[in-house]
Amino acid sequence: MNSGAFILIAIFTLAAALAAATLRKLMHAALSFALAFVGLASSFFLLGAEFVGLALVFVYIGAVAVLIVFTILLTRRDVEKDRGFNWGGVPIAVAVFGGLTWSILKTQSIAIVAPRMPALTVKQIGAALMTSYVWPLQCVGLLLTAALIGALILVIEEKR
Amino acid sequence: MTPTLQAFLIVSTALFSIGLLAALSRRHAIFILIGIEMMLAAANLNFIAFWRFGPHHQPPIGVMIALFSIAIAAAEAAVGLAMVIAVYRHYRTTNVDQLDQLRG
Repeated sequence: MNSGAFILIAIFTLAAALAAATLRKLMHAALSFALAFVGLASSFFLLGAEFVGLALVFVYIGAVAVLIVFTILLTRRDVEKDRGFNWGGVPIAVAVFGGLTWSILKTQSIAIVAPRMPALTVKQIGAALMTSYVWPLQCVGLLLTAALIGALILVIEEKR
Repeated sequence: MTPTLQAFLIVSTALFSIGLLAALSRRHAIFILIGIEMMLAAANLNFIAFWRFGPHHQPPIGVMIALFSIAIAAAEAAVGLAMVIAVYRHYRTTNVDQLDQLRG
C-alpha cells in the first residue's frame, strides 16, 4: 500500500463528500455524491477488496445515484435551489469528528501497518457466499424483493 | 511509509461526520438520504479496513459484512426515495421543516 495514493484518494473522497453535503444546487450535490463513491471504491481497491469496490460502484453509482437524480427530476418544482442551512448541525458534526479522532489517535493498538495477506479471489467470495453464508444471502434477497415491492406500492398512483 | 489502520479510520470518521452534517443541517429530504448513505458507506470502509489489518480469516468475514450492508443500503435508498416521492405528492414540498402535521 502506498502512502501517496492513499492521501490522494482520501482528499478526493472527502472533498467530493463535503461538496455533496454543502452545495446549494441539488443536481450538483447528486453528482458530487457519485464522485465521492468513486473515491471510496478506489480506497477499497487500495485495501485489496476489489470485489466490494466494484459492487460499490455498480450499486451506488449505477443504481442509487441514478435513483437520486430521477427523484430530483420528479420533484423538480420544489427543488430549484435548497433554501436554508441549519447551522446547528455543524458543531454536532465537528464534535463527533473530534471525539472519534481523539479516541482513534489515543488507541495505540491500532497504529499498525497491514500484514501480508494472500490476494482475495472472487472464487473464494463465491464459495463463502454459497456455503457458510447461503442463509444470509437468501434473507438479503428476500429483503431486497420486499423492499422494492414496498417502494413500488408507496409510489403507485391511487385511483379515485 | 505505508498508511496505518488509524489513517483509514480517520478518513472513515471524516466521511461519517460529513454525512451527519448533511443529515442534520440540510432541509431537503433528498439531502438527508444522501447523508445517511454516506454514513453507511463510512461504516463499510471501517469493516473493510479492519478486515485488511486484522488476522487472516477464511471465509473473509469483513468482506461478507460489507457486501450484505451494501445490499441493505440499496434497499434503504429505494424505500427512502419512494417515500420522498410519496410525501411530495401529498404535500407538494420536500422541505422537511414544512412537514409538521404531526407536531403537537
